[in-house]
Amino acid sequence: MKLRTTALLGTTALLAVAGCSVTGGSEDDSATDDTTVTLLTHDSFALPDELLAEFEEHSGLTLEVVRSGDAGSLTNQLVLSKDEPVGDAVFGIDNTFASRAVDAGVLAEHVPDELPGSAADHALDGDGADRLTPVDWGDVCVNVDDTWFRENDVPAPKTLDDLTEPAYRDLFVTPAPNSSSPGFAFLLATIGEYGEDGWQEYWQRLVDNGVRVVAGWTDAYEVDFTAGGGGGDRPIVLSYNSSPPFTIPEGGKRPTTSALLDTCFRQVEYAGVLEGADNPEGAQEVVDFLVSPEVQAALPDSMYVFPVDDSVELPPLWAKWAEPAPAPVEVDPEAISEHREEWLREWSDVTS
Amino acid sequence: MSGKRYVAAGVAAGAVPLAVLLVFFVVPLAGMLERGFVVDGRLDLGPALSTLGRSRVLGALWFTLWSATVATALTLLLGVPTAYALHRLAVPGRRVLRAVVTVPFVLPTVVVGVAFRTLLAPSGPLGFLGLDGTPTAIVAALVFFNVSIVVRTLGPWWDSLDPRRAQAAAALGASPLQVLRTVTLPAMLPPVLSAASVVFLFCATAFGVVLTLGGVRYSTVETEIYLLTTQFLDLPAAAALSVLQLVVVVGLLTVSGRARRHREQPLDRLRTTRARRATRSDLLVLGVTTLTVLLVLAPVAALVARSFQADGEWSTAHYRALGDADAGSGAAVPVTTALANSLRVAVDATVLALALGVVVAVLVTRRATRPSARRALALFDAAFMLPLGVSAVTIGFGFLVALDEPPLDLRGSPWLVPVAQAMVALPLVVRALVPVLRSVDDRQRQAAASLGAGPFRVLATIDLPVAWRPVLAAAGFAFAVSLGEFGATSFLARPTTPTLPVLIYDLIGRPGGDAFGAALAASVLLGAVTVAVTAAVERLRVPGVGAF
Repeated sequence: MKLRTTALLGTTALLAVAGCSVTGGSEDDSATDDTTVTLLTHDSFALPDELLAEFEEHSGLTLEVVRSGDAGSLTNQLVLSKDEPVGDAVFGIDNTFASRAVDAGVLAEHVPDELPGSAADHALDGDGADRLTPVDWGDVCVNVDDTWFRENDVPAPKTLDDLTEPAYRDLFVTPAPNSSSPGFAFLLATIGEYGEDGWQEYWQRLVDNGVRVVAGWTDAYEVDFTAGGGGGDRPIVLSYNSSPPFTIPEGGKRPTTSALLDTCFRQVEYAGVLEGADNPEGAQEVVDFLVSPEVQAALPDSMYVFPVDDSVELPPLWAKWAEPAPAPVEVDPEAISEHREEWLREWSDVTS
Repeated sequence: MSGKRYVAAGVAAGAVPLAVLLVFFVVPLAGMLERGFVVDGRLDLGPALSTLGRSRVLGALWFTLWSATVATALTLLLGVPTAYALHRLAVPGRRVLRAVVTVPFVLPTVVVGVAFRTLLAPSGPLGFLGLDGTPTAIVAALVFFNVSIVVRTLGPWWDSLDPRRAQAAAALGASPLQVLRTVTLPAMLPPVLSAASVVFLFCATAFGVVLTLGGVRYSTVETEIYLLTTQFLDLPAAAALSVLQLVVVVGLLTVSGRARRHREQPLDRLRTTRARRATRSDLLVLGVTTLTVLLVLAPVAALVARSFQADGEWSTAHYRALGDADAGSGAAVPVTTALANSLRVAVDATVLALALGVVVAVLVTRRATRPSARRALALFDAAFMLPLGVSAVTIGFGFLVALDEPPLDLRGSPWLVPVAQAMVALPLVVRALVPVLRSVDDRQRQAAASLGAGPFRVLATIDLPVAWRPVLAAAGFAFAVSLGEFGATSFLARPTTPTLPVLIYDLIGRPGGDAFGAALAASVLLGAVTVAVTAAVERLRVPGVGAF
């Protein structure tokens, strides 16, 4: 007994000292040299390993991907560490945070030579156009559970206004704008639709009609939504235009949910070269890589977003069932940057 | 003469943990405060002070104090009897149960939030209670997370407590209630206060739980700081709130430290004690223990149940996909790889937390003769509790702004994550060890020293026999803390090696595919690994000291 426990203890100690340790395993080569390029990005960044390996082989660079926080957290970290940036390139600043990053001067000028023509549709206006390269986009839209509406013999809603009708009382659930990025996108959709002075009244009507506000998208979709797998009680949920294909039942042909395309706000994600980067040439190569046809084609399956390059082929289910909003609601990025805090405070006042 | 040498050695030993605290806590915090208070090179407290007057901030402060106090009280009410039952009574399966109550501590808050809401949502099995989005739900979740702290700090302490004092009292005719009041309670108070202060700090800085279960209607100081820093970049306001946090924490530590010091007393210790059979007088304790186990198991069961469902049917699909890179879940790395990362980081963090924690605990329990030395030790003790009470966002962002120049440019270093986790685990290690070491009668040490034993010999023969069990328990706990740590880890810029909680967080937010199922399966895996590790650590014995 004693012998065995001693052995066990010995093994544990050995494990600790030798192999099972961060510092034992890797030499610290984070020193700045021309062959390493560091990409700062948010937590949701994902691309197939083969693509990243291919990039390293082609360029002769070692690509280090550093993730931290969400788009807001990422942008603010860049602003705070402006004088001594932690990386060379950034991916994941979205159109709601873009002007803050541009105005703070954290980005250097760079436009990829082979930027797909269709990317122009998503480009920023003014100064930002030369500094942030659009990489992907997605529409945040209200989704409905078609099965529920058919079974209950109620016509599904179509517009933002419909959501305040008595027929849809206590049926809608959305993540909050102050804790969720799609939640904020929905707030922007209502601001774009009803104007900077009218949205508060719309939200009051939503509240009066029994909207449920939860913390995050996951909560809304996986707990409260009737078609989300959690057996919820709300058949209308805020989600994405790419959500319906995921609700095609096993052996079925059609999704059981659909996105309401008149309720969408378009989120665009950008990449750029950081001002003061140790390896600016490497950073430019990374940005160019992100808009290359290979990466663009991999975006839907890796990050659930649409490529800005409309010439690449979408996965079949996306091509068939994930419809882009024909005319998404727009809000000027400058205005978002300027009023974010004010709008969120007003929103809190209206809903609490 | 040698006495002076030992003091010098003690100061030198204490310098190491202090340096770590300075670099990884004080400097980043100071960096963020400077950004908030200094405008254009001049100290300007105006914007910060005006923040504190906002009604929203006052509301957040009130809610923080209220929820943390209520949750701490409930956690103690459930945790103390549970620790007693699982460590002193011969309850069947108690080893497993001890490991089980540790599980909540490592589960990612987002996942627990979903599990709680699955139960409490109007459509859920407990929907009729109407608790969804209420403060009650928040408090319940805080208790769920923290009850393991109480069980795991008090349990090992109880393990080595000599029951003969209580038996003697009983033999002399004291009623069970009198035994409790005159013998057990006075002995218990120091470790209970120790655990309570840790629990309070965890509750007061809880973030994900408050957000998810409060339906964003309830804000705490911590959620406000998060919002101000990551969304608005309103640094003066965030700095003001961070100082507010600091003030509350220091106040709490002063009060609890004073209360503890007055009550600490030497206790008789046994190397091993035997659990006794439960009698009728233990019914209340066993009832509370059952309640605790139920509170822990209900959300866990909800979680496990959902992890075995795919497309509305029972299935092991999510588990079979754990080793795949992105089986429809889009994960950056396979879950198994993230688990390996987590284990590696946890080993580093545990070794670090234990090494620093033992040094701190030993130093603060040495007897100082001069009042000034005593005060210095008390300050030293309290300093290591501070990281628990200050926002992870503030420290995480502080790393970026403060540690940006050589030789302190540690951003992106592989050491960052283990060190940050060790800073979170350190107070738990210290709080688990200090009451035990304090309860050793110092005259034993003096006797050993006067017989010619050096300080290490004294440690090995007097302190180690009673402390090894708590040290092992603390190691297991530190390991669990590191496995589950998310707050600090997520704000540190980190290379391509996500830990499991970070990966789970990433997966659960992904709109589509099997990401949600994968996140749940990964959480269950994380919980299972935690149970296995903590149970295994408890079974370890230090040869020659604790062998039966």
